[in-house]
Amino acid sequence: MLKGSLGLIALSSLLLSGTAFAQEKIKVGVTATLEGTYTVLGEDGIRGFQTALNVLGKKVGDKELEFVIASTDATPDSAVRAVRKLIEQDKVQILLSPLSGDEGIAVKNFAKTHPELTFINAASGAQETTYVDPAPNFFRYNMDGAQWQVGLGKYAYDQKKYRKIATVGEDYSFIYTQVFGLVLEFCGAGGQVTNRQWVPLGTKDFASVIAALPDDVDAIYLGLGGADAVNFLNQYQQAGGKAHLMGGSIMIDQTILSSKGNAKNALIGTLAASGQADTWENPSWQKFVKDYQDAFPPNKRFPSPSLLATNYYGSTMALILALRQVNGDLSNNQAKYKEALAKIELDAPNGKIKLDSNRQAIGTNFVTEVVDDGKGALFSKVVNVIPNVNQTLGYDPAVFAKIGLPSRTVPECKKY
Amino acid sequence: MTRFVERHPAWALIVIIVIAVALWLVFAVWPQGVEDAFGRKRVFLNALFNGITLGGLYFLVASGFTLIFGLMRNVNLAHGSLYLFGGYVGYAISAATGSWVLSFIVAFVLTALVGVLLQVLVFRRMEGQDLRQTMVTIGLSIVFADLMLWACGGDFYQIQTPNWLIGPVELPLVTAIKSSGEPVYLRYPLVRLVIFAASVVIGMAMWLALNRTRIGMIIRAGVDDRDILAATGVRIQLVFVVVFALGAGLAGVAGVVGGTFQSLSPGEDIRFLLASLVVVIVGGMGSIPGAALGALIIGLAEQLGSVYIPTYAIVVTFLIMVLVLAIRPRGLLARR
Repeated sequence: MLKGSLGLIALSSLLLSGTAFAQEKIKVGVTATLEGTYTVLGEDGIRGFQTALNVLGKKVGDKELEFVIASTDATPDSAVRAVRKLIEQDKVQILLSPLSGDEGIAVKNFAKTHPELTFINAASGAQETTYVDPAPNFFRYNMDGAQWQVGLGKYAYDQKKYRKIATVGEDYSFIYTQVFGLVLEFCGAGGQVTNRQWVPLGTKDFASVIAALPDDVDAIYLGLGGADAVNFLNQYQQAGGKAHLMGGSIMIDQTILSSKGNAKNALIGTLAASGQADTWENPSWQKFVKDYQDAFPPNKRFPSPSLLATNYYGSTMALILALRQVNGDLSNNQAKYKEALAKIELDAPNGKIKLDSNRQAIGTNFVTEVVDDGKGALFSKVVNVIPNVNQTLGYDPAVFAKIGLPSRTVPECKKY
Repeated sequence: MTRFVERHPAWALIVIIVIAVALWLVFAVWPQGVEDAFGRKRVFLNALFNGITLGGLYFLVASGFTLIFGLMRNVNLAHGSLYLFGGYVGYAISAATGSWVLSFIVAFVLTALVGVLLQVLVFRRMEGQDLRQTMVTIGLSIVFADLMLWACGGDFYQIQTPNWLIGPVELPLVTAIKSSGEPVYLRYPLVRLVIFAASVVIGMAMWLALNRTRIGMIIRAGVDDRDILAATGVRIQLVFVVVFALGAGLAGVAGVVGGTFQSLSPGEDIRFLLASLVVVIVGGMGSIPGAALGALIIGLAEQLGSVYIPTYAIVVTFLIMVLVLAIRPRGLLARR
């Protein structure tokens, strides 16, 4: 009898230790543009993601999060390939993906073929992703490109007295969305956008584009990112360009402001708008900047986190916090988790974030101006903060729907 | 020349008219009607010059490629990797010493050295086996790309343009007449002009070396028939090594040039391999003047295309390639 009960105890303790060792894991797939034109953006996105893990930890109740990172190159097919690989080979249950605009639209569509899984957008900002036919299992905790331009057009018109501007942008959905936001507000205020030039993503030789810039405008808006932006600035300097500049959210960003060489100095004084401002005084932003700086040695990071780092940080935060709310319960096709994600309100470094009925972020936007800190480093200084920016940019949804979807020529330059 | 006119009077007339129109477009002040149809003259001239200077860069990469092919019948698909390697070396040197000129010399020497190693360690072992060599070079280019990604990261690098080359110069070409009657001259980035001049000088030097020197004579003989050449007692392997070193070194120099007026990042190797393939297919495999002509055509097509038909600019180059393949499958200036 004694022997028997001892044996039972031994057996049960063995079983117990067994469960303790084989701790249940939740697998999360992450994609970032770690190749191609947007490499630098992807790398900093991953830094933001790691900062979030440092701050929040990887434990959810008694489960441990396990991450698999896959690389893309900003093209939609590369994103779908990476996501498919993560789901089919690595068997991930949650996705933190993708980084870039066209990728976002493709991954959203792909998400519909896996309704049982959860997709959390990492950083992509095309309007269409959540505005047109949204996927019920796709959540976006960053604003879209148009929301990120709120405040810019008015500020340029009222404060800088710009009346006529021209735009140069990369030819894909995110920049369409950015120009959409700019044109809507600038033309609404009474300004004119005389010319919109589109260049393929990954353009190396901008000399002809620069030559074709009109000279009878007050400012030129640049919607470029990554290697394209650096190439443009370098050749702009060689061509002796002198116009006033305005910048999109990934143009006036640490990915460009801390690039090597002195071509970036053309950006000092440039007006821009984005989901963050490098020098914002807010304590939670300052804490995030410090966490980011502490997480990496100075030569392995930017002086201050880029928009991508901030977005990945916010998305990872939502992913982990909502998972903790449901105590890691992913049963019943992750129904509870999805509900928690839809309801969660984030106290993100760049302001409060909540989701609308399309699971698209409503958040805070910043109008900024580029300043030199006196030691040669450039930062975006906040000049205006606009809270509660929603996807229809404050327009009545019916009016907003009539404007049409962002494209090379939409919206027209007029008051809607 | 005269024979061409006699044999194809219609074609000759068309060519003369095209040249005359082009000259008029460059030198004349555009009347209002032309400006309305084509846009401003400044834009056209800039696109034209950009096309020519970009052609200069393509020529530097493609000439090495075509030289190696011409002599060794070896399609070196790792040529793009040599370009990128030269660029990174140039960046390291110019960042460390601040000397732009020195970065060219070191990049040339080091990539030439890599070329020698490739020839001695890899290609000599599989001489005459075209397919095997091609496959090996594809493999090598992937290995090189990953090694460079490991060493340099995914960041994009830009070689600092020396101060005396920054900024534009005024060229004696009138782009417009102000209402006051004062002419407006074309302003153009100096660095691109210098790079173009350098590629012309290199091209001329190569042509002279091939046509006027003893080693050039040996190389030309080797292109025609390397077995007979070897039978006459020339140490053909040595010639191969020299040519490979020269071709690789040119790719390295082109890397520094590309890093100066564009930028260096992973993926550039493939882009320039593709560009030089298109250039030599259009110009004719193995021909130096062909590479020059092909580079000029592709450079112009890219730049004029990006200004006048931006949406379709990407396909123009390939359209040209298809046309050339259809009409003259061996390239425009191929030897028969």
